[in-house]
Amino acid sequence: MTAHQTIESKAPPQTDDRTMTGAEIVVRGLVDQGVEVLFGYPGGAVLPIYDALFHEPRLQHILVRHEQGATHAAEGYARSSGKPGVVLVTSGPGATNAITGIMDALMDSIPMVVITGQVPTHLIGTDAFQEADTVGMTRSCTKHNYLVKDVRDLPQIIHEAFKIATTGRPGPVLIDIPKDVQFAKGEYRGPGEVASTHAYAPRTKGDQNRIAEAARMIAQARRPIFYTGGGIINAGPKASQSLREFAALTGAPVTSTLMGLGAFPAADPAWLGMLGMHGTFEANNAMHDCDVMVCIGARFDDRVTGRLDAFSPGSKKIHIDIDASSINKNVRVDLPIIGDAGSVLDDLIAAWKAGGHEANKAALTDWWAQIDAWRARRCLAYRPSETVIKPQYAIERLYELTKGKDVYITTEVGQHQMWAAQFFRFEEPNRWMTSGGAGTMGYGLPAALGVQLAHPGSLVVDIAGEASIQMCIQELSTAIQFDLPVKIFILNNEWMGMVRQWQQLLHGERYSHSYSDSLPDFVKLAEAYGAHGIRCDDPAQLDAKILEMINSDKPVIFDCRVEKTENCLPMIPSGKAHNEMIMGDVEDIGNVIDAAGRGLV
Amino acid sequence: MNNQTPASAYDMAATEEAEQTATFALLVDNEPGVLHRVVGLFAARGYNIESLTVAETDRKAHTSRITVVTRGTRHVLDQIEAQLNKVVNVRRVHDVTRDPNGVERELALVKVRGQGVDRVEALRIAEIFRAKPVDTTLESFVFEISGAPSKIDKFLDLMRPLGLVELSRTGVLSIERGVEGM
Repeated sequence: MTAHQTIESKAPPQTDDRTMTGAEIVVRGLVDQGVEVLFGYPGGAVLPIYDALFHEPRLQHILVRHEQGATHAAEGYARSSGKPGVVLVTSGPGATNAITGIMDALMDSIPMVVITGQVPTHLIGTDAFQEADTVGMTRSCTKHNYLVKDVRDLPQIIHEAFKIATTGRPGPVLIDIPKDVQFAKGEYRGPGEVASTHAYAPRTKGDQNRIAEAARMIAQARRPIFYTGGGIINAGPKASQSLREFAALTGAPVTSTLMGLGAFPAADPAWLGMLGMHGTFEANNAMHDCDVMVCIGARFDDRVTGRLDAFSPGSKKIHIDIDASSINKNVRVDLPIIGDAGSVLDDLIAAWKAGGHEANKAALTDWWAQIDAWRARRCLAYRPSETVIKPQYAIERLYELTKGKDVYITTEVGQHQMWAAQFFRFEEPNRWMTSGGAGTMGYGLPAALGVQLAHPGSLVVDIAGEASIQMCIQELSTAIQFDLPVKIFILNNEWMGMVRQWQQLLHGERYSHSYSDSLPDFVKLAEAYGAHGIRCDDPAQLDAKILEMINSDKPVIFDCRVEKTENCLPMIPSGKAHNEMIMGDVEDIGNVIDAAGRGLV
Repeated sequence: MNNQTPASAYDMAATEEAEQTATFALLVDNEPGVLHRVVGLFAARGYNIESLTVAETDRKAHTSRITVVTRGTRHVLDQIEAQLNKVVNVRRVHDVTRDPNGVERELALVKVRGQGVDRVEALRIAEIFRAKPVDTTLESFVFEISGAPSKIDKFLDLMRPLGLVELSRTGVLSIERGVEGM
């Protein structure tokens, strides 16, 4: 950092000075693509690119402590800003360490461009030092990938990679660049000067006849529901506005997947909460009993549908998705519309108005009465305590004390993640960053760093578990180096809570290797890194300590000691239907599934 | 929960549906690794490959053509088509089996060993099938036969009792009748 700052930066290359090294082409390409931040870790096979970065003041390089951290940070940056996340790592272990985050980005449709160094072309295939078949290994976990064999192809590949990563269904694109190609001289071409050689052209505009038919079906519905997902977030903030407008026109209730939280405001009376395995009673029952389901930018994931043959048996299903392969993959639908969620929503609003449609008010009144009856079940209720901090209570207080602030939430994976999804309420898109499809423990802290970089003045909180946080804890050092004051709020129950819960539920309470033994002293750990450590085990002191965390200008580890054996409920046990939820007031959770059921697992 | 209800979503059995064979013709970018992308997709998603042919078809346009024969329920075949269309290097996917104008052909080299009556009979049947002998010794023939895969299967059934010893098939190729190109 300091060395970088003391050396006067070279003036940006003249536009007519187009001959440069491959490494300079990479850097120039990133600048021309509007990249401001990249997350990386140097190594032998990317040194020429790092050398070119040394002279480029327009790119901020964030040095992570592990390549997995770079990919998750890029995801957090992308998810919270709508811009692609960019990663730069070396060959071999650099690339393989990045793979978990690349897979995570593919599962959750996060735009990301990953640049990996590779051994020189003439050494490929010789088991050279730090050689790995990176394109071979990442073919199945990227949207597309490239091995650059000729510096003349490089400008086109860089620009095309950004196009592929950010358009259609977004995803990670990897560019593997051998070291000799980084050194070779070539001619730079800008984004507008390269022609794509591929037939890649994602369809974003929905079929107008189908959209008109969808508007008719929704207008005729007696028990409609919107089931929305991460596709709306990916379609940009405008899509969330359009969803709000269309939901208001139709009077239908709205539920969302884990990835879609924030697209529809939690404060809106039409909001049912999240659906699925740990979704609300009202959302799941409304999904089960609806007559017209409008799925927008979601993919009927198994955590959402529960038992497939009992999934919303009586409904007509409309599925709006930008990815044609999502249609009829898990659930057969009656009316598929392929297109961008935002564009199709706008067209639906237009079709609704043009068709002179009116919602069926009488039927909706009955539907809402039914929904209110489900809501009255108060499915998120839990037994409060004055002696121990209930994890749900901790999230509720965190929410209340950060309400109205400019706050972004990331999570790790497990019980704390589900409690965060249930108890933290989001009013806007891009405020909630979590590992959904992949379920990657270790995601939250590096993702929070990415979010903080995209939103420097905002409050960024990683809601964590004591087990997950240890998977990428090293990134706290990155937070200190780059002055990123993220708050790590650990719900510490000394268990891999979700594993423990499943063992209790499905494995006869045999808690095999799920206890978090030999935990570090998180307060001292924070201090060792140069962050601020806070511990709390008393409900009465929780508010004051949360405020202490919020008001700290440093990164904070908050060791929130919570009830050790609390279960995350309500829950659709796997293999059950939406209307067969276990509720929080169940008396004997170990016997919800009988011996025969347990034997099947 | 009873025995009919799986305790986990992972244990849910796929619903039984009739499987069928389908031939997909793919026009792809002629780049290293494209075949791997297509084959890898089949492997990763658990689809079967019954036969596969690939060769460059247009050097100037950088295209190759892959013909892949697969089996699955209609639902799975639709998924395969959608997934293939997602591969950036795949320019076009054509379901030949569902196209009434689709033509499918295959070539096989068949070695038959025998003497006396069997040898004469093998040659006679080969003539009926318009299979061409491309090599002969005093006790063997190598026949070259082309046609629809079912015709080749039939020929092989007849050669088996006459001394079939070795077989090499190209896998299915396909094209559409009529004036339009893919």
